[in-house]
Amino acid sequence: MIDVIIIGGGVVGCGVARELSRYNLNIALLEKTDDISNGQSKANTAIIHGGYDAKPGTLKAKFNVLGNKMYDRICAELDVPHKRNTSLVVSFGSDGHEALEKLKQQGIENGVPGLSIIGQDELRRREPNIGSTAYEALLVETGGIVCPYEMTQAYAENAAMNGVNFYREAEVTAIEKTQDGWKVISKAGTFTAKAVVNCAGLYSDVINNMVSEDKISIVPRRGEYYIVDKKYANEFHASIFQLPTKMGKGILVSPTVDGTVLLGPTAEDIDDKMDTRTTTEGLAKVLKYASLTWEHIPMRSFITTYSGLRAHCNRDDFVLGEVPDAPMFFNAVGVESPGLTSAPAIAEYLAGMIADKLSAKKNENFDPIRKGIPKFREMNDEQRARAISINPDYAKIVCRCETVTEAEIREAIRRPVGARSVDGIKRRTRAGMGRCQAGFCTPRTVEILCEELHISPLEVTKFGGNSKYIESYLFEKGDNENA
Amino acid sequence: MRNVDILIIGGGPAGLAAAISAYEAGSRNILILEREENLGGILKQCIHNGFGLHTFKEELTGPEYAQRYIDKVLEYGIPAQCDTMVIDITPDKVVTAVSRGAGLEHFKAKSIILAMGCRERPRGSLGTPGWRCSGIFTAGTAQKFTNLKGMMPGKRVVILGSGDIGLIMARRMTFMGAKVLACVELMPFSAGLKRNIVQCLDDYDIPLLLSHTVVDIAGRERLEGVTVAEVDPKTLKPIEGTEQYYECDTLLLSVGLIPENELTTMAGVKISPATNGAEVNENLETSVEGIFSCGNVLHVHDLVDYVSEESAKAGVNAHKYVQGQLPKEENTLEVVSGFGVSGAVPQHISQELDEPITIMFRPRGVFKDAQVCIDVGDVQVAAKKSRILTPGEMVTLKFSPEYLRKNTNADKITVRVEAQQS
Ligand SMILES: Cc1cc2nc3c(=O)[nH]c(=O)nc-3n(C[C@H](O)[C@H](O)[C@H](O)COP(=O)(O)OP(=O)(O)OC[C@H]3O[C@@H](n4cnc5c(N)ncnc54)[C@H](O)[C@@H]3O)c2cc1C
Ligand SMILES: Cc1cc2nc3c(=O)[nH]c(=O)nc-3n(C[C@H](O)[C@H](O)[C@H](O)COP(=O)(O)OP(=O)(O)OC[C@H]3O[C@@H](n4cnc5c(N)ncnc54)[C@H](O)[C@@H]3O)c2cc1C
Repeated sequence: MIDVIIIGGGVVGCGVARELSRYNLNIALLEKTDDISNGQSKANTAIIHGGYDAKPGTLKAKFNVLGNKMYDRICAELDVPHKRNTSLVVSFGSDGHEALEKLKQQGIENGVPGLSIIGQDELRRREPNIGSTAYEALLVETGGIVCPYEMTQAYAENAAMNGVNFYREAEVTAIEKTQDGWKVISKAGTFTAKAVVNCAGLYSDVINNMVSEDKISIVPRRGEYYIVDKKYANEFHASIFQLPTKMGKGILVSPTVDGTVLLGPTAEDIDDKMDTRTTTEGLAKVLKYASLTWEHIPMRSFITTYSGLRAHCNRDDFVLGEVPDAPMFFNAVGVESPGLTSAPAIAEYLAGMIADKLSAKKNENFDPIRKGIPKFREMNDEQRARAISINPDYAKIVCRCETVTEAEIREAIRRPVGARSVDGIKRRTRAGMGRCQAGFCTPRTVEILCEELHISPLEVTKFGGNSKYIESYLFEKGDNENA
Repeated sequence: MRNVDILIIGGGPAGLAAAISAYEAGSRNILILEREENLGGILKQCIHNGFGLHTFKEELTGPEYAQRYIDKVLEYGIPAQCDTMVIDITPDKVVTAVSRGAGLEHFKAKSIILAMGCRERPRGSLGTPGWRCSGIFTAGTAQKFTNLKGMMPGKRVVILGSGDIGLIMARRMTFMGAKVLACVELMPFSAGLKRNIVQCLDDYDIPLLLSHTVVDIAGRERLEGVTVAEVDPKTLKPIEGTEQYYECDTLLLSVGLIPENELTTMAGVKISPATNGAEVNENLETSVEGIFSCGNVLHVHDLVDYVSEESAKAGVNAHKYVQGQLPKEENTLEVVSGFGVSGAVPQHISQELDEPITIMFRPRGVFKDAQVCIDVGDVQVAAKKSRILTPGEMVTLKFSPEYLRKNTNADKITVRVEAQQS
């Protein structure tokens, strides 16, 4: 019997897994798709929020502020790129002062340090390229940016190093109460466990409703984005929010840790929890509002668009902790924004609670340190020469836009909870994320996946399921290999 | 650090032609660096014929055309180091490259020729809404799969964009047993060569839908279909009510090429926003002395013959530069793209020339019964009539240098089209 089953491999599930691996427990994580970080944790705004936005007294406010404070330590332990680039909430027009003041007060009440309102001169000194109608702003010194999927992977890898078993393509379809715990039926088999943690993101309502009479409902709320080429990495420094007005919540313009610029997101409630399409209207809206902040958006320098679905809960707050009518069943439900920021605090909180209930002992061998894949593009000449002498695959650049080598790609596959698809490689190495969007490297990436996983090109997918690249061989397989 | 007189980056047709001409002009310390395992550049995957009509008066396939240059390089014994990727160039011409065999190497070059070619514009740059499923390829990637890897990406195909690679792939996919449903082009004219439209679409009854675009992409995992709509030719916005759904498993994009100029930028070379390539003078020298640029990395060509011709010139000039025989450009005139013209190359022309000067550009639309003109200052010095001009076909126009001497107080050279836009 397993001690704890975690359902869902997003940043929350992987974070809980890692924090639980500090204890002597037998832990399994079940993820529906072919990879971790395939849900909200892959497509979001990647902001480490200050915590001024959530209503005082809510779990969102509490965990946001706690999580924010933990980021520097966690990112140092797990080698995750992040940056305290500050956030600005900008009022476009002179009538926003009162609202900014209110936000600031709310932040202070939530316990957010480093908040101040800055005027024209200071605003333009910090952001010389900001739109001409920008008037004043709330400066959030603790605001930052992080790579959300690397954060999730880092948690997962560290958890796996410390003994957590990961099962992918393991959708949980039913849960039954047993005498001494839970029976969890999944597409990867049936498991029994003393405790279950529900971190299923958009489907956390479905999982909750399998065991509890206290029904919850999650509505997918879509956000659409543009990504602008790295050429514009220095256009803005802070993450620039627009002060919400009668016209809407506004659109953010923010640098990312990768040097690209994000424009977005929209917010639209939809019916389908899988519908991550981008839409003409949504993308138009992004441009319309973003152009307040960035007046001359370089339309020819978009590298891609995407959308993400927020798990918006009808209770309008995170639902965290043991389910009252389902003992030893724990929820992390409705973890929408600021969920990424809150994840380290949520993980610590839930893991502590569960370990307590199971009277678990500390795992003496727990190693909190995880190292990222050494990135060729970040090395100096000396390091590069050394990397190549140790592993000649470092001399083979597969993705030319982002300078990703074959060594990095192979390692992304070989790591614990490694990549199995082209998108998995992309999120772990950035291969294919640059300006040509994998046009050049796809054929080679497909080959490397085949070599490492011992599969045929016909089986290689973009992100699991039927997302295949190759329909058939043009010749008999034998001929092909000789060619 | 290895010392090289002429270092050529890229072993495609541009790099090969430049190397050969530099050798023939007398240089002996030349080195070609190529990141792929073999020389030949993009031509390796262009197994169709139609190459070399201008240069060899024969119809060759891409690999055959490239082989003629590779053979010359071998015959002359010009060293070409493959599997070697250049990752950095400094303005004082120190080049860093990596390879499995030699690790990380530095080269000090007297002259550098940039011949890195170009890459294709991806879907992301178009902002086409819909699902982000598999089954969407740039035409060149699909070409690599079919022609070099022997793998078929799909069976029912729609092509977005009518660039030459897309047109060629319409035919290739048809040959390989796929059904190509349509080639969809946003503009009211094709971006490809007329002969490719005839030979690759018309001959196989593949409809070319001008003033149309893909407005939605369906398929959660693999592509299942695309919605195509007509666009208003003026605003390029889709017209409601004209949508049509095509069931398909493959969408090929042929929506433009972008010169690959990361290294160029590192070297401190000025980039032209019109061509996305380096700014050059008539010697194909960039804003950094001794660094030359040619082929598709300079501006996107439609015929490889012109790539070879242009690059041969870069090779000779690099040789002259190393010998100290390339005059320093002092009095240069700026070349301005006037009405109907986009991305004229070269961008700067010396007033002290004594050879005829060639200017190349792409028309900014379709023009019938047009005339292309060059003005030095306010004086028209050359004109060429053309029954039809399209953005798909590059225009070249020559003029005699004596006009530059006659108009010494001219401040610029203007290239323009005289015609009714149709
Ligand atoms: C558009 C958008 C913008 C955002 N911006 C920010 C931001 O800037 N800052 C911030 O702090 N937060 C932000 N968030 C919120 C943040 O992304 C989420 O709170 C966080 O990623 C939630 O992580 P999670 O692990 O709970 O969920 P997810 O990442 O969604 O993970 C849930 C996982 O459960 C799996 N799963 C589902 N059902 C099952 C099943 N039956 N069996 C097994 N597995 C299952 C899914 O496949 C998925 O992998 C944003 C969210 C969105 C959508
Ligand atoms: C699909 C397709 C169909 C075509 N059809 C025709 C046709 O029918 N007729 C015709 O005349 N022309 C055709 N062309 C055009 C012709 O192929 C190109 O004009 C020609 O290949 C351009 O030559 P190039 O040397 O500038 O670039 P490329 O051929 O792209 O060569 C550039 C080389 O530089 C190398 N390189 C780049 N960066 C680096 C680096 N950092 N370090 C080392 N090496 C590097 C690349 O690997 C490549 O080998 C076609 C082109 C394509 C893509």
